[in-house]
Amino acid sequence: MVIDRPEPLLLEEAATGGRGGVTLAARQARLGWLLVLPTLLVLVGVALYPLVDTFLNSLTNARLGSSRAVRFVGLANYKDLFSDPVFLQAVGNTLYFTVVSVAAELVLGLLMALVIHSRFPARGLMRAAVLVPWAIPTVVSAQMWRWMYNDVFGVLNDLLMRVGLLDAPVAWTASPGLAMNAVIAVDVWKTTPFMALLLLAGLQVIAGDLYEAATVDGASRIRQFFSITLPLLRPAMLVALIFRTLDALRVFDVVFVMTAGASGTETVATYNRRILVEFQQLGYGSAISMVIFLIIFLFVLLYVRVLGVSEE
Amino acid sequence: MSQRSWRRMQGWGAALAFLLAMALLSGAAAAQPEVQWPDLSGVSLTVAAGAVGQELQLTKEAAAAFSELTGAKVDVLETPDLATDRLGLYLQYLGARSPDIDVYQIDVIWPGILAEHAVDLSQYVPEEEIAQHFPAIIENNTVDGKLVGLPWFTDAGLLYYRTDLLEKYGYDGPPQTWQELTDMAKAIQEGERAAGNRSFWGFVWQGNRYEGLTCDALEWQASFGGGSIIEPDGTVSVNNAKTAEALNLARSWVGTISPPGVTTYAEEEARAIFQSGNAAFMRNWPYAYALAQGEDSAVAGKADVAPLPSGGAGSAATLGGWELMVSTYSRNQEAAAWLARYLASYEEQKRRAVIGSFNPTIEALYEDPEVLAASPFMGSLYDVFTHAVARPSTVSGDRYNEVSTAYFTAVHQVLTGEATAEQVLPRLDSELKRIMR
Repeated sequence: MVIDRPEPLLLEEAATGGRGGVTLAARQARLGWLLVLPTLLVLVGVALYPLVDTFLNSLTNARLGSSRAVRFVGLANYKDLFSDPVFLQAVGNTLYFTVVSVAAELVLGLLMALVIHSRFPARGLMRAAVLVPWAIPTVVSAQMWRWMYNDVFGVLNDLLMRVGLLDAPVAWTASPGLAMNAVIAVDVWKTTPFMALLLLAGLQVIAGDLYEAATVDGASRIRQFFSITLPLLRPAMLVALIFRTLDALRVFDVVFVMTAGASGTETVATYNRRILVEFQQLGYGSAISMVIFLIIFLFVLLYVRVLGVSEE
Repeated sequence: MSQRSWRRMQGWGAALAFLLAMALLSGAAAAQPEVQWPDLSGVSLTVAAGAVGQELQLTKEAAAAFSELTGAKVDVLETPDLATDRLGLYLQYLGARSPDIDVYQIDVIWPGILAEHAVDLSQYVPEEEIAQHFPAIIENNTVDGKLVGLPWFTDAGLLYYRTDLLEKYGYDGPPQTWQELTDMAKAIQEGERAAGNRSFWGFVWQGNRYEGLTCDALEWQASFGGGSIIEPDGTVSVNNAKTAEALNLARSWVGTISPPGVTTYAEEEARAIFQSGNAAFMRNWPYAYALAQGEDSAVAGKADVAPLPSGGAGSAATLGGWELMVSTYSRNQEAAAWLARYLASYEEQKRRAVIGSFNPTIEALYEDPEVLAASPFMGSLYDVFTHAVARPSTVSGDRYNEVSTAYFTAVHQVLTGEATAEQVLPRLDSELKRIMR
């Protein structure tokens, strides 16, 4: 995960042409464009085209699997969206899910990464073991947890009742206050290892002599963590946070399997599926997809602004 | 409760009546037109079918028999248990005009939604064969004069109860009213728990937020006299005191006589609890009967079915059931229609009724002694099946899913305590009016 940034000197040379004059710079620039052209074409094909297509659909009243004539309705779908209480609730639920799960994963992932990073026997085994939850497909782990949460047969109620923490079984995924947190717990269990792995990569590129120097200067372990480890981890953290946030904002599978969006767990993506698939409203559903896209876009901008690696 | 008169006769009378019935039936069986099955060697067909309980096994056996008969190769595609998910899958195939599936098993509420993807089966099936089925179902499956689906089996909500426990606690029969059910369930639950079964519950049903909840809740409200959500003339009638009363009663069950997790249960979750001997009562479809009496059931011989209790306006059972639709995108429509005909035929429906307790849609089968011997309730509860309450799918056409989702979401909010019935019903009323506009 180490990205070599070009040396400033080379950048300047390319920009001003260095010793080779303007023509060289132009040639280099053209070569650069040629080299990235295949990538750009693929991106346009797999990312831009569907996006534009979805946007165009969102301006119509199209229905899925229907031969009815499609009418252009302008921004009516978007207007309906912002007066749709279920949608607004779903946006709220999604943001709650995202903030809580990503924050929990960041903290736990960092702790996990620090543990694996330290030297102790059987460290390799530990690293492999940590990855198990991440290796299980989400649908499978969600189904597994659904059974564990079950009110009558679930192992969770059984354990808690044996220990005496509960005197009656709790329906974890049925009560509105609990269901979303039960889903978040599963998501955190599953994706914390991923977070830990990315942060571990970041930890491993921090030069050891920095810590040696800090120790010589008399900095405490805690001071070292906040003055050296955290600042230098920022690039890795940014990558991890962007990955996780984008995933969390689009969360679908874990919610769909565990609660299908009932009991206050409806997210934007599960609601979108319902509109598209169950109600066959392609136009309205596309408008929801566009809103998801915009929310994610805003989050990325925010991260890059706030955490952006400074360019000194 | 219409008991067949001949079942009440004694001794010789019964024997005589039985012989007479047999004679009549052999007549009825002989009246089954002999079908000349075509040679379909080299044709391969795929049928998308349900997998709830024994469904899939029965369909696979029937597919094999059809292959034997015609030489066609038949694949059975397993589809999700929840009707809501199944429709989503079908629409992906149909929306893409996929020829991969020839015959679809469709819900009784879908003809309006799927009509444009269906072949008109009246071109392929002789009139007298169509006329064997219940006219109400044929009418339900006919959209703008097109026969969208052949009836395969019909469903109505039933009350399952434990005969041994009713006897043990001194009750002389299943409950007649919801209040009686509530009291009985409570007494039995307390008794069984005191006797050491900590995970025993009084009443299990389908409380998950999906189509099944619409069926359960419609039964509660209709039996209280609260109407059927949207009346056949298009009037939205759901916002009334009777419906509120019914929903509040159901709310009172959650966590008392029903598990707190009942709001996450579909058919199979409820059956798992009842069949393992951990519930006194269950609301479910007929398919659970054969399974509850099966070899690996803890309640075999100790369970029976009755009409659902009344809330003051008589017992109500939601009409369910499944039809067979041939896709217009099939490359072998004629062969697919033959397959649908075979699956919906007298003999095949009889086999499914005997082995799997799937209710036939062919009227004559309700007098077939083998069917009645395997599933006696098909005779004793005949009226339940012929007077079942339909969901408002005809009146709402292709917007039915929106109507049903609005309804079951509102009911689910009441059950989980997010809102009271008095709060959700006015909201639901305006939402339904918006959808029906």
